[in-house]
Amino acid sequence: MTVSEVMPTGNREDEIQIYDLHKSFGDLEVLTGITTTIHRGEVVCIIGPSGSGKSTLLRCVNLLEQPTKGRIFILNEEITDPDADVDRLRTQMGMVFQSFNLFPHLTALQNCSIALVRVQKKDPEEAKRIAQENLEKVGLGDRGHSYPAQMSGGQQQRVAIARALSMDPEMMLFDEPTSALDPELVGDVLSVMRDLADGGMTMMVVTHEMAFAREVADRVLFMDGGVIVEEGSPEEVIGNPKEDRTRTFLSRVLDPTHVHAGDEDTAYAKRHRTAPDHDGDGTLPPGVGFHSTPGAG
Amino acid sequence: MSTISSTTTVAPRKKRLSPRKRAQRFRIVQYAVLVLAVVLAVLTIDGRQLQQVFFRPDLIVQTIGPELGSAFLNTIIYTAGAFILGLVLGTVLALMKLSQVGPYRWLATIYTEFFRGIPAIIVLLAFSLMGVAFPGFSFPFDPYGAVWVALGMVSAAYMSETIRAGIQAVPKGQIEAARSLGMSPGMSMQRIVLPQAFRIVTPPLTNELVLLTKDSSLVYVIGLFASGYELTKFGRNLANSYANITPLVVAGLCYLVITLPLTYLVRRMETKQRKATR
Repeated sequence: MTVSEVMPTGNREDEIQIYDLHKSFGDLEVLTGITTTIHRGEVVCIIGPSGSGKSTLLRCVNLLEQPTKGRIFILNEEITDPDADVDRLRTQMGMVFQSFNLFPHLTALQNCSIALVRVQKKDPEEAKRIAQENLEKVGLGDRGHSYPAQMSGGQQQRVAIARALSMDPEMMLFDEPTSALDPELVGDVLSVMRDLADGGMTMMVVTHEMAFAREVADRVLFMDGGVIVEEGSPEEVIGNPKEDRTRTFLSRVLDPTHVHAGDEDTAYAKRHRTAPDHDGDGTLPPGVGFHSTPGAG
Repeated sequence: MSTISSTTTVAPRKKRLSPRKRAQRFRIVQYAVLVLAVVLAVLTIDGRQLQQVFFRPDLIVQTIGPELGSAFLNTIIYTAGAFILGLVLGTVLALMKLSQVGPYRWLATIYTEFFRGIPAIIVLLAFSLMGVAFPGFSFPFDPYGAVWVALGMVSAAYMSETIRAGIQAVPKGQIEAARSLGMSPGMSMQRIVLPQAFRIVTPPLTNELVLLTKDSSLVYVIGLFASGYELTKFGRNLANSYANITPLVVAGLCYLVITLPLTYLVRRMETKQRKATR
């Protein structure tokens, strides 16, 4: 069966269906044939080295990037169809960006309500009420009148989540939501995402937070070189990877549970939730202490 | 003993001055030049003569009156109308320059290069003759209409470049966030990008307003009834009839009443922006 003959399954549970997705930027092939289905209420974490196409996959799903080839169905409607009502389908998918992308000229409350008024044509009072509700959901009910510049990165990202939730989407797409945050602010954002997952939201999460993926994901996709190398439950993919490439990647990001205690690198990775820059000799760079959180304060 | 004293007196002289000392001496020289210039001016300039040419008191009194007020108001009306028209047209041109459609980009570029490349005074003269070129045609709100259109079209060329830069200064992620919320491209531009772009370009656009205020003086080249006189035309007419430039000097000072607060405003906005982006 060729891609053009693919039909949506028609099953309401199959919220995102991706068939043979390709994406190139000029000569650079970023995605080379992705096929997968995200089901209702499923939390799928996408992991992999940088440049593996994780973010591009996510951005193709709501058509921020136009796929070169392949088809994507959202709620059994083809978003890659040239005649698709992309704007309407996008309201079904909340998107959270690495760099927050809050609207700096609007307050937190206006950030959450503007699309309700302008796109969903809701009454401004009603929109304000919904926005306030969602700000409370992310623990920022009292910051509605603050502008983004007056908030910390963690608060901004939570407003961004509230903004996406205000549209009452069927599913949420997270593009490295904690990568731009100071380490001590990551926890608040992750706990909001955990609540969402517990509430049954369908979620696609591109992340480097292995602990989060392990705990919250129903399924983990490991991507490398534009393809899904390995997928399965977090226990399978992170706990017991079958593919060499997955093992190499995981040893690089140094999952703290996998390296014996006492190793200096492990302590470093635990504090920073990411891999240290390996220089191969297993020592820490000079000056790295317990409270070395760059840019904090 | 003599050798000792000679070394102690000669050595410090040869030593180079410390940077702080040198800066101090340089300041002293600067003050000295300034004082000298003032003294020379006082000695050579004949204050009486100067007053007779530029500031004749009786003519200052003659100049200040209801007609000066009306000219002042006309300057503001010419400027404001041209600015509003230039702003609207400049925004349209900026959007054309960022259009996906090639011909729109070319047209906007040709327009900009043309109107930036020719003197505003010629554009003004050309537009004042439109009624002759197209019999029966006249701009509404005569004589304001022709001036608004002519100066507006010239300033639109400059403003379009500024506005285009402002739009491009808004991060791409802003459009992506707007689109991901289901906004159409037009709505994203109108509600998200343009408000931020105009915040960025408010100081340079205010500068443009200052330039336009002064450019409104070019109106003196076209034929006008007295009710349409702006500051320069009014000042020139009086200067001609009294064979003295004093009225024109008074009119010139009136421009400062408009432009100084504007430039002050620009400086404050720029300081504020610098603080906000830091």
